[in-house]
Formats: sequence, structure tokens, C-alpha cells
Amino acid sequence: MTPLIEYRDVLKSFGDKVVLDGIDLAVDRGEVITLIGASGSGKSTLLRCTNLLEPIDDGEIVFDGVDISEPGLPPDPIRRRIGMVFQSFNLFPHKTVLENVTLAPRKVLGRSKREAHDQAMAMLSRFGLADKAGDYPDRCSGGQQQRVAIVRALQMEPEVMLLDEITSALDPELVGEVLDVVRELKREGMTMLLATHEMHFAREISDRVCFLDAGRILEQGPPDQLFGAPHEPRTRQFLQRVIDAGRM
Amino acid sequence: MTDLDGAGALTAPAPPRSQRPSGLTRRQRWERRQRRRSVGVAALSTFVVVTLLVVLVPRLDTWQRVRESFFDWGVFRDSFPPIARAFWLDVRIFLVCAPTILVLGLVIALARNVRSPLLYPVRLFATLYTDGVRGVPVILWIYLIGFGMVGLINSRTFFGSYLFWGGVALIVTYSAYVSEVFRAGIESVHESQRAAARSLGLSTWQSNLHVVLPQAVRRVVPPLMNDLVSLQKDVALISLLGPVEALRRANIITSDLFNFTPYVVAAVLFIAVAVPLTRLADHLMAKERRRMSGTAIR
Ligand SMILES: Nc1ncnc2c1ncn2[C@@H]1O[C@H](COP(=O)(O)OP(=O)(O)OP(=O)(O)O)[C@@H](O)[C@H]1O
Ligand SMILES: [Mg+2]
Repeated sequence: MTPLIEYRDVLKSFGDKVVLDGIDLAVDRGEVITLIGASGSGKSTLLRCTNLLEPIDDGEIVFDGVDISEPGLPPDPIRRRIGMVFQSFNLFPHKTVLENVTLAPRKVLGRSKREAHDQAMAMLSRFGLADKAGDYPDRCSGGQQQRVAIVRALQMEPEVMLLDEITSALDPELVGEVLDVVRELKREGMTMLLATHEMHFAREISDRVCFLDAGRILEQGPPDQLFGAPHEPRTRQFLQRVIDAGRM
Repeated sequence: MTDLDGAGALTAPAPPRSQRPSGLTRRQRWERRQRRRSVGVAALSTFVVVTLLVVLVPRLDTWQRVRESFFDWGVFRDSFPPIARAFWLDVRIFLVCAPTILVLGLVIALARNVRSPLLYPVRLFATLYTDGVRGVPVILWIYLIGFGMVGLINSRTFFGSYLFWGGVALIVTYSAYVSEVFRAGIESVHESQRAAARSLGLSTWQSNLHVVLPQAVRRVVPPLMNDLVSLQKDVALISLLGPVEALRRANIITSDLFNFTPYVVAAVLFIAVAVPLTRLADHLMAKERRRMSGTAIR
């Protein structure tokens, strides 16, 4: 089986600072891969590059057999097949929950208002958000906002979801409801690439965990191996710091 | 205080505060006292100031002269209708210029943000336009465009008139200022909003139209209203070119009667439009502030 996404020796720098320093990674369909690593190790940048929000300098990102890192390739048709959810939700504050969720299906996929509305309401209900449909985002709790952001991305029926620390901006008691949505997505077989600092969750949900260090994937493997018996001293050091901080 | 008629009552928590009967809260009582006090103080100080004005000003020996030449009731009554008719021209100029300026200002603001190299000349021109236009006083543009274009075209039609080119001069100058207001609004929308829109597959243009612009425009309504208030007054500058609008008409009557009351008439007319506009601007500004912060900080 060919992988859904394949990173080949990806290089990315901001000015003089090399942020992705030769990333090689293959993501199979239905696979859930977690990126862990210290702040600044390049997790967000890797996800943003995948969604073409940032161009890479060298190497290739192949998505479903197409080299999407080809400079000058129109990004919109690719982006609509890749869903992304951000740490800070980024809902559109001037639109209601329902409008947030139906905007892209209507404008990008050309769905009718009726059709987009029905599909959105069905998914909002499924995630317990139906009664929020008419509200503006600032009337929703952080957990609700993040779930709406996930629904918004899912409405485009993406083939992969990129989740960038989607629970980091939430109060502890709201983290669970968002993680439940991710568990649900995994049950449905969604391919996911997520950056997180929630190590328990990473261990529970991942098929594979990648430890990023200074823009390189230093070590990767099944969660039990990576968390239980890491090979690299840097990985052990990082995990020790996480344990010391009380986050695992 | 505590009800002791059962063992369970000892540990039962008190009902929620909001469900217990009570009158005004401590806060509400304080606010009511404050309100009464400030109304009293305001009334008293207004009374004192007005009394002083009414009693003292007429005692100035120059007052009589001022009153005759600026506040002649007979002149006021007679000159009001012609000046009001002329003022209708100001209103019409405003009603044509204001929407044109808003649309043009938005277009220029967008032109300054285009990234496509093909459209680089558009961006360059928009930048030169806003910088160049704002570098010269409004009144000078009115002279330059007004006299310049009318001389160049030299035709007796509307499109060769001072009125038309005066209006164009207002549109040129104000659209440059207004475009900067729009641009500030566009730049105030956080980059993450654009990223969210693009990540959904919306094009640059769709992201602008559905996500960035609605937020940008909402934020700049108050400063835009301020610009419209000053446009409403600057319409009178067109009189420098000759069209007989309110200020020009007042000028003519003043020189006929050797009395300045017609200027006061013109001022009253401008104020009658400017004050509601200013109030509306303030109201919108307060509303926007409340919307952004949830509650007003005193
Ligand atoms: N737009 C940008 N311009 C310049 N430098 C950037 C930009 N975006 C990210 N960087 C830098 O790239 C490096 C990697 O950032 P990135 O956000 O990918 O890290 P991260 O692993 O997601 O960290 P965190 O856990 O804090 O989210 C950091 O040093 C950051 O300062
Ligand atoms: Mg990050």
C-alpha cells in the first residue's frame, strides 16, 4: 500500500534558522501519528507545511501520489482534502457556529445552503453542539469552540486531519470533551497527524509516535516502545522533563 | 438565623443567593445614590454657567455691536430660505461623494494588498496615490483639480463644470484617507484568521471577501464615520471654485447687507447635520467597544 502522505528529506528554514532539517516520514491511510518534542522543535511547522500554509525549501511532500511541495502548484484543491485544526481554534468571530461550519462547503464545494445546513446540523448534533448552532463563537466555551473547529474541518470530508496542539489553550476540565472527538475520529479510521503535549493521550491514541528534536525525527516507534523504552538519550531526557513537570 | 427543626437541616447548604428574596443589591443602591448625586451636580453647574453667560455677556460694551451684526433676527429670517435652498446642494454633493469615497477607498486599500506580480503596477499606483494625495492640503487639491480640469476640458456641460470637478477633488482626497482607514482595518485582522480560511480551501479572494473584510470593516466603522463628518463640512470648500452652495450664498448675502448673520445661518445648517452624524459615530464607537470587551471599564 502506498502511503497517503510521504515526507522525503524535507528542509524548511525561517531566515538563517533551520526549522525542519531533513524530515523523512510515511503516513499510511488510517494511521494516527503523534508528533512530540520540545517547544520549537518544528511540530507546528511540519503540520503547516503539509497544509501548504508554509512553503518548504527543499525535499518533497507527496500526498496521494502527487508531489504537493512542487513550487507554484495551486494550493486550494490540495488544502480542501486536508483538514487542519489550530491550537487557538481560529473560528470566524463574525459568523455563527453554523455559518462557520457551512462556509467552506458552500463556497468551495458549491453545496446548496440547504444541503450544507443539513450536513452541518447532523454533525453538530453528533458532537453535542446542535443547540450552539445559532450562537456566535464568543458565546461558546473553549471546549465547544474547539469541537466546532473540528466539525468545520470535517465538513470538507478531508482525507487526513492535522491537529496542532488542539487542547493546549483549554482549561483542564474541557480537554476531555475535545479528546473524545479525536477518539471518535480514530474509530472511524480517519488518518491523523497530531502535535500534542498530552502524553497520556498520545500513548493511548497513536499507532506511531515521532519524537522531534531540532527539526529532525530523532526516534519513532509504537507508543509503548517510545514511551516505555526509548533508545535515544535525548528522547529519555525529554520524557524525563515531561514527567518532572507532572504531565505524564 | 439557621433553621434547626431537623437533623438534616444542620448540614443542608443555604439556597443559592440569587434565589433568596432580596431588594436592591448593595451595588445597585450605591449606583442609585451616585446617579442622583451626579445629576444634581451637573444641573447646578450648568445653571451657574448659563446664568453667568446670560447676565454677564450682555454687559460687555461690545456685545451690542456683535449682536447687531451676527444675530440680527430680521436678517436671519430673510436669509434662511435662500441659504437653506443652497444647503441642499451641499447635501446632494455629500450624498454622491460619500458612497463613492467609501467604495473607492476600499478598492484602493485592497489594491495595496495585492501580491500577484502581474498586478504590481496596481499596487504601486495605489501606494503612490495614497501617499501623494495625503501629502497635499485638501484645499490645494480643490484648486488644482477644480481650476486645472475645468480649464483643460473647457466645455459648458456638467462634466466641464466647477461643481463636477470640485466633487471629484473631494472624492480624490477623501478616498486616499479612507483607504488608509480600511487598510488599517484589514491589517488588524489576525493572520490566523486567514490561515484558518485558507486551510479550508477558500481562495485568497474568498478568504478576503468572507473572512477578512467583514471583520475589518466592522472594526473601522467608527473612524470612517469621523471621516464622513468632516467630509460633510469640507463640501463647503467647493464654494471656493464658484458653485453657489450654502457658504457661498451666505457670503453673497453678507456682502449685500453688510451683516454677518447669514454666516450664522450657514453654521446652524451645518451643525444641524453634523451633530446627529457625530452622535451616530459616538454611538457606533461605544457599541464596538462594548462588543470587543464585553463590559465597559470605567
Ligand atoms: N513564521 C515564522 N517566522 C520565523 N520563525 C518561525 C515562524 N514560525 C515558526 N518559527 C520558528 O520555528 C521554530 C519551530 O517552530 P514550531 O512552531 O514549528 O515549533 P513547535 O514544535 O510547534 O513548538 P511549540 O511546542 O512551542 O508549539 C521556532 O524556533 C519558531 O520560533
Ligand atoms: Mg506548535
